[in-house]
Amino acid sequence: MDAIKAQEYWKENISTILKLLAVWFIVSLGCGVLFINQLNMIEISGVKLGFWFAQQGSIYIFVILIFVYVSMMKKIDEKYNVDE
Amino acid sequence: MELQGLIYLFVGISFALYIGIAIWSKAGSTKDFYVAGGGVPPIANGMATAADWMSAASFISLAGIIAFKGSDGGAYLMGWTGGYVLLAMLLAPYLRKFGKFTVPDFVGDRYYSDLARTVAVIAVIFISFTYVAGQMRGVGIVFSRFLQVDVNTGVMIGMGIVFIYSVLGGMKGITYTQVAQYCVMIFAFTVPAIFLSLQVTDTFLPQLGIFAQTAFAFDDGVKMIPEGTYLMHALDQAVNDLGFNNYTDPGNIFNMFMLTVVLMAGTAGLPHVIVRFFTVPKVKDARVSAGWALVFIAIMYTSISSVAAFSRVNLINNVQNVEYAKFVSGSQLRADGTVNSGAWFKTWENGGLLAWNDRNGDGKIQYAAGAAFDGAKGKPKFDGEKRGEHGQRLTTNAKGQAEQAQLTKNNGIANEIYVDRDIMVLANPEIAHLPNWVIALMAAGGLAAALSTAAGLLLVISSSISHDLFGQVIYKDKKTGQTTLSEKNELALARAAAVVAIGVAGYLGINPPGFVAQVVAFAFGLAAASFFPVIILGIFDKRMNKEGAIAGMAIGLSFTFIYIAYFVFWGGNKADYLFGIAPTGIGTIGMIIHFAVAFVVSRATPPPPKEIQDMVENIRVPMGAGKASAH
Repeated sequence: MDAIKAQEYWKENISTILKLLAVWFIVSLGCGVLFINQLNMIEISGVKLGFWFAQQGSIYIFVILIFVYVSMMKKIDEKYNVDE
Repeated sequence: MELQGLIYLFVGISFALYIGIAIWSKAGSTKDFYVAGGGVPPIANGMATAADWMSAASFISLAGIIAFKGSDGGAYLMGWTGGYVLLAMLLAPYLRKFGKFTVPDFVGDRYYSDLARTVAVIAVIFISFTYVAGQMRGVGIVFSRFLQVDVNTGVMIGMGIVFIYSVLGGMKGITYTQVAQYCVMIFAFTVPAIFLSLQVTDTFLPQLGIFAQTAFAFDDGVKMIPEGTYLMHALDQAVNDLGFNNYTDPGNIFNMFMLTVVLMAGTAGLPHVIVRFFTVPKVKDARVSAGWALVFIAIMYTSISSVAAFSRVNLINNVQNVEYAKFVSGSQLRADGTVNSGAWFKTWENGGLLAWNDRNGDGKIQYAAGAAFDGAKGKPKFDGEKRGEHGQRLTTNAKGQAEQAQLTKNNGIANEIYVDRDIMVLANPEIAHLPNWVIALMAAGGLAAALSTAAGLLLVISSSISHDLFGQVIYKDKKTGQTTLSEKNELALARAAAVVAIGVAGYLGINPPGFVAQVVAFAFGLAAASFFPVIILGIFDKRMNKEGAIAGMAIGLSFTFIYIAYFVFWGGNKADYLFGIAPTGIGTIGMIIHFAVAFVVSRATPPPPKEIQDMVENIRVPMGAGKASAH
């Protein structure tokens, strides 16, 4: 693979990671920690929303994020033909 | 069948299974020994990673910590799972492409320096032994409580089992044993969780239990909380009545933030976790295997918050205002006429992890906020085997009164019991009066959790000694840069190192340092301040050179080390915390310092050689990963 294509591949890789990590940050450190008090004003079946993000919700989203990452990278790998 | 017989049966069957797998998967080469030949399918690797990761701390302690901490405990749940997102995206695929055996391998090669490699080896060994000590305490607790053998004998048996399958099978044996251990531990955690969920909330899935309503009315000692109250409301109400802070309200948000970050970065930087991604065939597999690992971890972790809430409710419901003598002898009746047996209370009290101090002399147990014992940081100091008038164990703590301010907050109830957090999960099935086979399952599950993690750690320790220290530093040919150690000798050395490591771990188990809990802060803080930044920079910053990496590691590590050591072991005063940051969260600052120092120093010194820059280009692209190779 030539150097320019490798650069482009890397750039696309980085921007994918950054987008997904933004979600990662928002659901865990955002909803579960920094804005926990604000979200706690919303309550579902007795469970405060911020509390739920910190204790359960963020974990579900983490799992989804990794599989989204896997499938996005698969597409990028195929696009640049760097698949093994 | 009798409880004791069931426990022996379950533990015996699971041990036989582990040894059988070890014999079946004996390692023949260093590659088998270090990375299971690099041929483990992603789902199996994910399961093994989950077992490796979920330690005695996850299985035995975490739900207990959250039951007592409430909202703030979320830092552990998010930290120990969120780290896998970082692993999947920032580390695992590139390290797999790099294709060596160990973390010091990467640090040494990427930074073309044996000094960096040696620093990494020392950090690996320190972090891993710290962690092993915690596992050994878990093994000791399970053995002494469930198998009623002496803790020392328990540790010896545990060590013997780990010895057989790690020394014989190496990573290959460990990986397939861990798959079995995962199944045992998830079954052992989930079954009681479902029982508890049904009992407390009439809900089958524990994950949904926190959204449900209580299935019974209970008296918290101040007032009756009616049946059909939302579980979280009932819990908040009960703990509030007893003088605790609301279960669902956060405490110090800043420190929770710091702790969450350190646990996430530390998870992604722990050598025994990273090495798992060297064992899969392809780069793609490393990504997806991190996903599977998190799925398997999440099955347990998403139910922990519920298990924690159930156990707190059950504790209050079952011990508040019961007569000690009747309770422990099994003749205490509930309002509906059923027996509320406190046999578990007596067993854990005999083990020294639970204690009762009849402050008001009414012969009944009261539970509320505040210390039950005076002096000695509120912990009971047992007076040998001396028993009081109700049969309770006596202590030598000073005889004092509960503080008036605390009493007012507690609605006049003085706390009379000391409960070690580590017993909550193990005692849960008994507190809830679940069938005997469920209790027996807990014993097998707790041991699976502790042994699987201990084996993974021991392997990392032995490979850093045999492969990195001896293979790559001591036996390195100065001219060719190649090792002069033959594969056969290296394998023998790896096995010898594993034997020594097991010996040291066994010693730590029999003579546990009294500060295991605090020491874990060390492991995560140091991993977050050392391996996480140094690997990230090695992959994402092509310009990063050895000067920057060594300066970053040295300053990040020593800052974190000194801060934790000063405040945890040398009696530093809380008032002197830097920006009020607790030692458990300081690794976050250490990590930031590491990044900053490495950046500045690397820009002031010459760039890394051309071949290193080419290597970085190479690991960024999945194509042509090949199998993990020695050199």
